[in-house]
Amino acid sequence: MRKTVQNLKVIANLRLNDDHHILRLQSADKLEQIHPGQFANLLVANSSTVFLRRPFSIYSVDYTLNTISVYIKIIGEGTRALSKAVVGSEIDTMFPLGNKFTLPTEKEKVLLVGGGSGVASLMSLAQSLHAKSNEVAILIGARSSKDLVELDEFSKFGTVYTTTEDGTQGVKGYVTNHPVLDLELSAFQRVYSCGPEPMMKAVAKKAKEKSIFCELSLENTMACGFGVCLCCITKTIDGHKCVCTEGPVFNINILKWEI
Amino acid sequence: MGDLTVNIHNLKLKNPVLTASGTFGYGLEYDDFIDVSRLGGIVVKGTTIHPRQGNEYPRMAETASGMLNSVGLQNKGAKYFATDIYPKLLKYDTNILVNVSGSTIEEYIACAEIINELDHIPGIELNISCPNVKEGGMAFGTSCASIDAVVSAVRKVYHKTMVVKLSPNVTDIGELARAAEASGADSLSLINTLMAMAIDAERRKPILATITGGLSGPAVKPIALRQVWEVSKSVKVPIIGMGGIMNATDAIEFFLAGASAIQVGTANYLDPMITIKIIDGIDDYLNRHKFSSIHDIIGGLQL
Ligand SMILES: Cc1cc2nc3c(=O)[nH]c(=O)nc-3n(C[C@H](O)[C@H](O)[C@H](O)COP(=O)(O)OP(=O)(O)OC[C@H]3O[C@@H](n4cnc5c(N)ncnc54)[C@H](O)[C@@H]3O)c2cc1C
Ligand SMILES: Cc1cc2nc3c(=O)[nH]c(=O)nc-3n(C[C@H](O)[C@H](O)[C@H](O)COP(=O)(O)O)c2cc1C
Ligand code: FES
Repeated sequence: MRKTVQNLKVIANLRLNDDHHILRLQSADKLEQIHPGQFANLLVANSSTVFLRRPFSIYSVDYTLNTISVYIKIIGEGTRALSKAVVGSEIDTMFPLGNKFTLPTEKEKVLLVGGGSGVASLMSLAQSLHAKSNEVAILIGARSSKDLVELDEFSKFGTVYTTTEDGTQGVKGYVTNHPVLDLELSAFQRVYSCGPEPMMKAVAKKAKEKSIFCELSLENTMACGFGVCLCCITKTIDGHKCVCTEGPVFNINILKWEI
Repeated sequence: MGDLTVNIHNLKLKNPVLTASGTFGYGLEYDDFIDVSRLGGIVVKGTTIHPRQGNEYPRMAETASGMLNSVGLQNKGAKYFATDIYPKLLKYDTNILVNVSGSTIEEYIACAEIINELDHIPGIELNISCPNVKEGGMAFGTSCASIDAVVSAVRKVYHKTMVVKLSPNVTDIGELARAAEASGADSLSLINTLMAMAIDAERRKPILATITGGLSGPAVKPIALRQVWEVSKSVKVPIIGMGGIMNATDAIEFFLAGASAIQVGTANYLDPMITIKIIDGIDDYLNRHKFSSIHDIIGGLQL
């Protein structure tokens, strides 16, 4: 659908744990197609400290209720204010923004690797891949078991694997310590990842070694979110590209990352 | 409905609301949100003769009521603009100005010459005030001698409306404004961003890759108003005011301080429809105060 700015109504604010919330936001208009990988830019109203909009991946879309959901990890003032959104209130939202993940045209075995709030961009991707009968595996890394949320939701769309740095759940260590990203990686035709940069670099390196198709969803500091400020660039083989319009999804082959 | 039309030299603006360079792309990015032809004019991205990759990332830092940027004039060059972008802008019924920049006087001239050939570009905004490039840019805008050198050189090759964009990073803006006027500027626009800095205390590092950057947004409005006021007392050419305009009331303040037109910058990022709301809001103000024309408030500050 084309980009719009709308006041979306908060119809649910689910608290997952101390610092993770999911907001479900309803449009008065019929939603047209929104693609996995796209994001929304939310205005934090009445804040004396937060000036710019805050970008969040579109976590899921419900075309019958005309809702989009965003998954919010509290890290500062903006995310804290949004996490307190009251059901019935409205949030000024610009969406859908950015490009999209490339989906396979034929059935494939695919691996999704997420960490931190990066899991947010993988939910609608997992759902779409599953709906097209791909064989989906989802690997989620976290610091500790309490940071692993929405696993049941992910498990509707594929096999879920986990790692925790403190070993409280799944394999102990980083995602790269997990066998699916290591010995078993060759079984996959595609890898998608979103999370902290060191994690994505490690994933990209593994995929590159085995020449597996790999797309990453990047973050960046954004002032506008729709390609006019040129603040959000990343280096690619074709020069600087805007993460907000030419991304956030990039194939690892075009990124100039030292991996 | 009050009369919102203003003239900036040979430019006839249907209303006094333009968009600030670097905040409106080429206008095309706004097609999903507004009818760009409703604007008095648009000033497209900073353009240089050679393509520029701009500065390293991170290029943006949010600050109290504003933001810093250090984009550094990323653009694909004047020739690319003329061949690839310009044809797409012909659909707009508004004044399209190109913001021209360079590292040397020769580069300014070469860029202005290319833009001079484009029939539907009625003017340029000469950017002698970009704080984010190592060479040229703001260096030209901070002394009367260098202003005279670059403005008169471009004046010789550029025959349509030439707006000169002033830097706020100076001690006596009135004096520099007079220099630009004397060297052939048809209009002056101000302010460009203020040189500023943001530091991450935890990491003990600057937030921007370039260490310093340009401050914009509501934080700069009081400084912008003061400088527009000073310049309006110093020159006869029309002034285009900007700096932190977020709504119609802010815009009115600039008219009162002496601006004949205004540009909206950073506010476009927050609300891509803001320019239209500002046009409507100015009209409301005129009606509310029973003024028939925008000219009734330009320089209308009651002292
Ligand atoms: C395309 C895109 C999609 C995103 N999707 C999601 C999502 O689905 N869920 C989610 O929770 N978050 C997501 N984010 C990150 C989210 O936008 C930031 O967490 C949010 O803007 C922080 O705002 P704040 O006011 O709470 O924190 P601020 O006060 O702005 O920042 C607090 C601290 O965190 C640092 N910081 C700010 N932003 C980031 C960042 N992006 N990465 C690392 N450090 C940062 C700041 O430098 C500061 O030190 C996404 C970002 C982008 C660019
Ligand atoms: C990201 C960004 C890029 C900019 N790029 C340019 C530019 O290329 N040329 C120019 O003359 N001014 C540029 N400016 C300055 C604006 O045009 C304007 O002068 C300034 O932002 C003050 O207005 P504001 O507070 O309304 O944004 C830029 C500003 C921002 C925030
Ligand atoms: S955030 Fe402005 S161009 Fe990407």
